[in-house]
Amino acid sequence: MEVLIPLLFVLLLSIFLGFEVIAKVPTMLHTPLMSGANAISGITVVGAILCTGTENTGLATVLGMFAVIFATVNVVGGFLVTDRMLKMFKRK
Amino acid sequence: MNNYVNLAYLFSVVLFIVGLKKLSSPKTARYGNVLASSAMLIAIVASLLHTEVISFTAIIIGIIVGGTIGAIAAVRVQMTGMPELVALFNGSGGFASTLVALSEYGQTSSDEYTMMAAITIGLSVLIGTVTLTGSVVAYGKLAGKVPTHPITYPFQNLANGVIFVAILALFYPICVATSPTWALCLLLVLSLVLGVALVIPIGGADMPVVISLLNSYSGLAACATGFVLENQLLITAGSLVGAAGIILTAMMCKAMNRSLGNVVFGAFGVADSTGTTEKKEGARTVRDYGIDDAVMVLEAASSVIIVPGYGLAVARAQHVTQELAQILENKGTTVKYAIHPVAGRMPGHMNVLLAEADVPYEQLLEMDEINPEFETTDVALILGANDVVNPAARSDKTSPIYGMPILDVDKAGTVIISKRSLATGFAGVDNELFYDDKTMMIFGDARKSLTELVEALRTGA
Repeated sequence: MEVLIPLLFVLLLSIFLGFEVIAKVPTMLHTPLMSGANAISGITVVGAILCTGTENTGLATVLGMFAVIFATVNVVGGFLVTDRMLKMFKRK
Repeated sequence: MNNYVNLAYLFSVVLFIVGLKKLSSPKTARYGNVLASSAMLIAIVASLLHTEVISFTAIIIGIIVGGTIGAIAAVRVQMTGMPELVALFNGSGGFASTLVALSEYGQTSSDEYTMMAAITIGLSVLIGTVTLTGSVVAYGKLAGKVPTHPITYPFQNLANGVIFVAILALFYPICVATSPTWALCLLLVLSLVLGVALVIPIGGADMPVVISLLNSYSGLAACATGFVLENQLLITAGSLVGAAGIILTAMMCKAMNRSLGNVVFGAFGVADSTGTTEKKEGARTVRDYGIDDAVMVLEAASSVIIVPGYGLAVARAQHVTQELAQILENKGTTVKYAIHPVAGRMPGHMNVLLAEADVPYEQLLEMDEINPEFETTDVALILGANDVVNPAARSDKTSPIYGMPILDVDKAGTVIISKRSLATGFAGVDNELFYDDKTMMIFGDARKSLTELVEALRTGA
């Protein structure tokens, strides 16, 4: 319980923050924003690294390595695609 | 050392928040994306410095392989294929969360396996896996590899309900048993099925909303994984994305004037697959015109509004559209673009495509701004759009798209529609506008038709 409560604080505050940050977005940015947010959800790569790096062998490491692969695809691909989209928005 | 790692995490969270904020304004969006990606880089480097991380081989292999796949996919994709790719990336991230939770479970000894660990591992597996298969089905529907119409079967909601209850029931052994590996495996399998079952009854037209919702799920999956690892960075960034995804989803639903529940459970667009429309078709005539007729109308027009849709994306006709607009402008014609919030396969899809063709975004007007202008406009040129200009949404209460705000193209003097065929749009609904007297249909690939139009206008001038 002692561990859980502060984490729940963090969770709830971030949810409210997320609502506030995105409150007003023009339609034209919906796709890039979705793709950018998607890349951020690849943050699980941090979890994957922490899991894989501990002195451990066998299945846990293999699972961890695949987690790193999938998460990195999400992160690298997500940010690059978002940048490609945004690069095209320019003013006259 | 680990205190410094945590401080770096804190810094990275701040950058994520600022980055996300900047991403929501056109002027700063690109900078925002750079900030968010630097935040990610900082988080990754900090994690590598964590004292618990002592073996690097698997991590480095993982980063190189994943980074290469992601980069190649991102650089190679055509702008039209963007929505599908985002769906795949999303599934990939969701599944990574599942794998992290399973890997952590494999490293947890039975006395460390508390109730909290049990619940959060279970949730990560559930949400992450549903995100994976849901996204893959969404990808399939967008890419046309899975039938885009809603797939329904008897007792569908009941079957989904049973799967869901079974999943809830599995949490009992997961929490109580000391080593519930079998229960986690079963949970994984059921979640795989649930992801498919949830997305398959949703029509292709609603995929943008589904992807946005799944995007939110992948954030929540990362967040659940954060609880498994007791890592504040994962919880913060994950729930930020989760919340942002929900807001975006709500905005898109609002643009279609439908509730989220209706999108997810409504099996939208299934009604018109019956024989009723075919019967009507015989009685109505469609006026099929050639390029010359369209040229004459366009040459006489002093104002034109271009309405792009998914057909434009498929035909990759954005550049020739821009060329056409340029020629008309040089003749003194006012040209504007009307962008429906859900035109294409993703909100903002048309903006991205037209931006690629160097159409300045000031010329792209959103629905509310442009709708009053149709009445005073000579020609509405519709390029591969269908459902978003279907007047049935205004008048026909029995139509499945009734109530969706549409572009009032039928109020313009002449309506020119370039379309591959008379086929129904993504929502599977017939469009009475095609049979209207002032409508000129030009059948064929949008790029081919437009290229001919451009040539004809050039030589005529």
